[in-house]
Amino acid sequence: MSLLTSLRRNYQQGRISGTLLLGLGILLAIVLFSAIGPMFVDAVNAQVGAVRPRRPPGPEYFLGTDSQGRDMWTLLIYATPNTLKMGLIAGFIGVGVGTALGLIAGHFGGIVDAIIRVISDALLTVPAIAILVIIAGNIDRMNTVIMALVVASLGWMFTTRTVRAQVLTIREKSYVEVARVNGESQWEILFTEIMPNLMPYIVASFVGTVSGSILAVIGLEALGLGALDEMTLGNTIYWSQQSSAVLRGYWWWWGPPIVVIAAIFIGLFLTSVGFDRFANPKLARR
Amino acid sequence: MSRELVRYLLTRFGQLLLIIFVAVSINFIIPRLLPGDPVQTALARLQATGGAQNVDIQAISAAYRAKYGLDAPLLEQYANYWLDLFRLDLGVSFANFPEKVSTMIGNALPWSVSLLAVATLIAFATGSLLGARLAWPTAGRGIKAFVPLMMILTSIPFYLLAIILIYFFAVVLKWFPPAGGVDTTRIMRLDWATTEDILRHAFLPCLAIILGNVGFWALGMRSQMVSVLGEDYITFAEAKGLHPRRIFVWYGMRNALLAQVTALALSLGSVVSGAVLVEVIFNYPGLGSLLYVAIRGQDYFVIQGVVLMLIVSLAVLLFLVDLIYPLLDPRIRR
Repeated sequence: MSLLTSLRRNYQQGRISGTLLLGLGILLAIVLFSAIGPMFVDAVNAQVGAVRPRRPPGPEYFLGTDSQGRDMWTLLIYATPNTLKMGLIAGFIGVGVGTALGLIAGHFGGIVDAIIRVISDALLTVPAIAILVIIAGNIDRMNTVIMALVVASLGWMFTTRTVRAQVLTIREKSYVEVARVNGESQWEILFTEIMPNLMPYIVASFVGTVSGSILAVIGLEALGLGALDEMTLGNTIYWSQQSSAVLRGYWWWWGPPIVVIAAIFIGLFLTSVGFDRFANPKLARR
Repeated sequence: MSRELVRYLLTRFGQLLLIIFVAVSINFIIPRLLPGDPVQTALARLQATGGAQNVDIQAISAAYRAKYGLDAPLLEQYANYWLDLFRLDLGVSFANFPEKVSTMIGNALPWSVSLLAVATLIAFATGSLLGARLAWPTAGRGIKAFVPLMMILTSIPFYLLAIILIYFFAVVLKWFPPAGGVDTTRIMRLDWATTEDILRHAFLPCLAIILGNVGFWALGMRSQMVSVLGEDYITFAEAKGLHPRRIFVWYGMRNALLAQVTALALSLGSVVSGAVLVEVIFNYPGLGSLLYVAIRGQDYFVIQGVVLMLIVSLAVLLFLVDLIYPLLDPRIRR
């Protein structure tokens, strides 16, 4: 069966909802914007002092300029991919580590399980920003990759919890019992019987982790802990705050980054809501 | 009190102690894991940025080394760290030498706690009510329109909502002050003028936190209500001929609220994280702004103190929510 027919069948069954399509559409638009945008504009205009400062949006500068003489449109085009990149790196690492720990905890149980569970539960309830501030504040030379790593250090607990709970359910299923009786090894069971059934949960966790990571990155950057010499959406917010752009009425400075950030979060949120319905056909019939 | 209840309370108290222990240890270990002497680095950076021309760096550094014995073995430093915490000694500020960090935190704490408590309670109550209303079987089209709005509000970080609120209500319309916790010229007294001033300043930050959270509670309550209303005991109550309103409130909402309280405990961490940033945006005189100023001024002990305070007070709050839980759910009490 081709991919297309399979997609059409899923759509007819109501598994692919409008919510999922809308969410993915928004995300696709943002990804295209950040992939194609840099080909058409020159990064030079986003450097301090490149253009006339404090110009409102108009024919000359599509989104105006900030008070340090940067073209906002150019800045936005280069900042969006950087922010997405940090979210994706942190998301991959967080979900990877989280899945591994969840599998280990759920599959092997015992003292290892207890330690992983206690630590992840304790970290889940702590305000992430508090620990991230301590880590980020102690790093001398910050860049976007290090930022992603810092955020990823607290991005694994939710995945661990979900995966662990699922492993505990799946390992009691009869097909796992059959595999065990057939003499499959622990690892074979883990990778051939349990892992494939975890995929929907891992994908859902990934969407959630990317969203949480971007939230944390922007939060740290707004506090001035980001890589201040790099162009990111959070840094743009930080600089606009530093220059009291809100009070001085330069709405074009903080407005566009907020719109892009909001679009990213709404896209991710709709995707995760829609994906629930896709992964769990019982919901589709409601 | 039954044995189960005692066990429940003891487990929760153990968790509280564990979180505090982990938080204090992280706070102690991370700066020491990174290369270099944290205090020397912080002081050097402070000097480089010209933030401390009026303080005697050498004096602070020497006082610090003598007091904390930075050359002592790690375990001894760790023990000293705990001892100081028990004496509520969080060190002194570099930027405002020699003001104590504990005093600075004590001044900021009431602002943060009252802002966050009021905003969270309002958001929780209105969100849960709205969510329950949305799950009402005959909910009209008008109220259903709230669902996408709630989805949008939940997904946007609420410190960004704060910026938008300031622009419209403080800059364009000038209805509310754009920043601060109280008029800079006001002499604080226990009178109506002062109270009104504080409330006027608190309104927008409060609104930002409420708007950012209400959707989360409404959507959560709605899905809880939908699943609770499908339970057998609801069918049974209907068969008994109870009034629909009574079924909805006392059989439906009461049970759905349980899950909401659990969610409250789990989400407090992210609410606090967001509120820290809301305070920064509004320059509100709470812990968030204190943290921000400390980060900008490389004020090492203040950063550590605030972070510790945030973690510990959240752990205590979680414990309090756990204490309320048996009152709501008789199954735990028994």
